[in-house]
Amino acid sequence: MNPFTYERAAAADTAIRAASSHGAKFLGGGTNLVDLMKYGVEHPTTLVDVNHLGMDQVTPTAAGGMFVGGSVRNSDLANNPAIVRNYPLLSHALLAGASPQLRNMATTAGNLLQRTRCYYFMDTAFPACNKREPGSGCAALNGFNRIHAVLGQTDEGAASPHTCIATNPSDMNVAMYALGAVVEVQGPKGKRSIAVADFHRLPGKNPELDTNLRPDELILGVTLPPATFAKNSWYLKVRDRQSYAFALVSVAAGLEMNGGTIKSAGLALGGVAHKPWQSKEAERALAGKPANRTTFMDAANVALTGAHGYKDNAFKVEMAKQTIVRALTLAAQGVQA
Amino acid sequence: MASCTDLEEELVRDESVATPHEPEMSRRNFLTATTALTAALAVGLPHAADAQSTTASAPRMADLLLTINGKQQALPIDTRTTLLDLLRENLELTGSKKGCDHGQCGACTVLLNGRRVNSCLTLAVTLSGAEVTTIEGLGQPGNLHPAQQAFVDHDGFQCGYCTPGQINSAAALIDEFKRGELSQVSFETGKTDHPQATEREIKERMSGNICRCGAYPNIVAAVRALTMGGVA
Ligand SMILES: Cc1cc2nc3c(=O)[nH]c(=O)nc-3n(C[C@H](O)[C@H](O)[C@H](O)COP(=O)(O)OP(=O)(O)OC[C@H]3O[C@@H](n4cnc5c(N)ncnc54)[C@H](O)[C@@H]3O)c2cc1C
Ligand code: SF4
Ligand code: FES
Ligand code: FES
Repeated sequence: MNPFTYERAAAADTAIRAASSHGAKFLGGGTNLVDLMKYGVEHPTTLVDVNHLGMDQVTPTAAGGMFVGGSVRNSDLANNPAIVRNYPLLSHALLAGASPQLRNMATTAGNLLQRTRCYYFMDTAFPACNKREPGSGCAALNGFNRIHAVLGQTDEGAASPHTCIATNPSDMNVAMYALGAVVEVQGPKGKRSIAVADFHRLPGKNPELDTNLRPDELILGVTLPPATFAKNSWYLKVRDRQSYAFALVSVAAGLEMNGGTIKSAGLALGGVAHKPWQSKEAERALAGKPANRTTFMDAANVALTGAHGYKDNAFKVEMAKQTIVRALTLAAQGVQA
Repeated sequence: MASCTDLEEELVRDESVATPHEPEMSRRNFLTATTALTAALAVGLPHAADAQSTTASAPRMADLLLTINGKQQALPIDTRTTLLDLLRENLELTGSKKGCDHGQCGACTVLLNGRRVNSCLTLAVTLSGAEVTTIEGLGQPGNLHPAQQAFVDHDGFQCGYCTPGQINSAAALIDEFKRGELSQVSFETGKTDHPQATEREIKERMSGNICRCGAYPNIVAAVRALTMGGVA
């Protein structure tokens, strides 16, 4: 690990100023950043600790939603009574991620920004990774790509500077998409709000960029809109072992029900794309329909339109469809919380 | 080894480069670097020797004040030091184990302000003012913590390498149940109001600790006994 200067910031504006210096990074729980520093993937020269800025509160908003501070720990958010009651989908997704120890450390902001688990990105022994070394190509395309993307990826061949088939590994983020969360950030020029769906990026021609956040912008927290899926939601995560493993495919499903009919739906997938994959088309396909298997299958087919896999991950296309159907079925049953 | 003055100058120059907008910060870091250096030479920290090489590879030092197992400690540390390495390498508290060093096994689990964390991904420099409990502080021979006693009674280990982490996790798990905290199993079983410590809940909540020997049945038995209040 390279040497770095450590600063414990006492206020948001000093933290932002400190982060404007070249090579500086914010530090949340450190569970991703410190890990990647040990691997030599990240090498900040200054770490600005943002755990003491009073961003650790979960509070109701005037609009009837909730504001979650950027440094609220994943375990505290998952166990917050108002979140469990009104946004059980978020609690459930958080608790499906990592381990109790890691959730005690990980923060809301850090989780939003956690980087891909692509093996070739995390291992500097592989020279080709457009995300780590822009322009170097993509080792995953013709490598072992079991955990990689089937939707929205850039695939122009292994040597192309644009190719990237990495996935966003977060569970929390998938629920945030289905819930329509908004990320609140502050930079040197002031604050802005970014809908979570516009926060993360697809690789496009710049796979080195995961999000639209600028390096000197601090995540203050996340605003959740008033709850619509409190009664009918489900987070379903499919993986190689039942706990303490990243998703191969996951689905966050929320339904607003009117008797047996779906009034509105939130649907997002994890493990299949460079960002949580929210299918607005699938959400529309659910609205106004009876909550039954035919409706769910139709939505699943719509959500996976255009999907295509590789040597080791082609199974994800069918798995994602089945996971959507099952998650929607469980959400409709209303067994959660 | 570089002379003290050379090294000091180098450290100071680095600090001012890293934080050009904060003159006060530089001055404070200058002081930190100076005291740190003296102490580093005193305890022979490995990094003191190669600090002379290049500016970029010179270690940045910081003063740390924290409580470990009830004892206040004031320590100069290289900012890169993880809590796990601080415990094992600097303080000879080798009960906490290094399995993977990447948050993937739980062998390094300690209690930080009463909550379980992975010490291998915790930078020690962030812990000023914190309280850390390691397996050495949880209980001692003759005065075992109930979690330690339960693992002994139920033979909850084979080689013992993962055990300190397992026991710290088990101790924290008891408090988490008391606080009514949830797991993904609580949602899967529809028991999100003060879930009971069923076998399925225990397995899920202990899943952040991997046992290479596969002593899981006895680990689960130990934790079950612990959650039922009985130790034997
Ligand atoms: C073994 C292991 C298993 C895991 N399993 C899962 C899993 O199954 N599911 C899952 O979802 N996750 C999993 N994780 C990932 C974990 O959830 C993330 O590492 C964690 O959420 C990151 O949060 P953090 O606070 O520790 O971030 P940090 O590591 O502190 O930071 C991550 C990034 O966010 C930036 N940052 C932090 N705070 C701010 C802020 N306020 N404003 C702007 N930028 C900021 C940092 O600069 C850094 O770039 C796992 C991790 C490990 C090590
Ligand atoms: S998939 Fe993306 S992150 Fe992985 S090697 Fe290719 S470019 Fe790098
Ligand atoms: S050594 Fe920390 S989790 Fe493995
Ligand atoms: S007892 Fe050997 S690793 Fe668990």
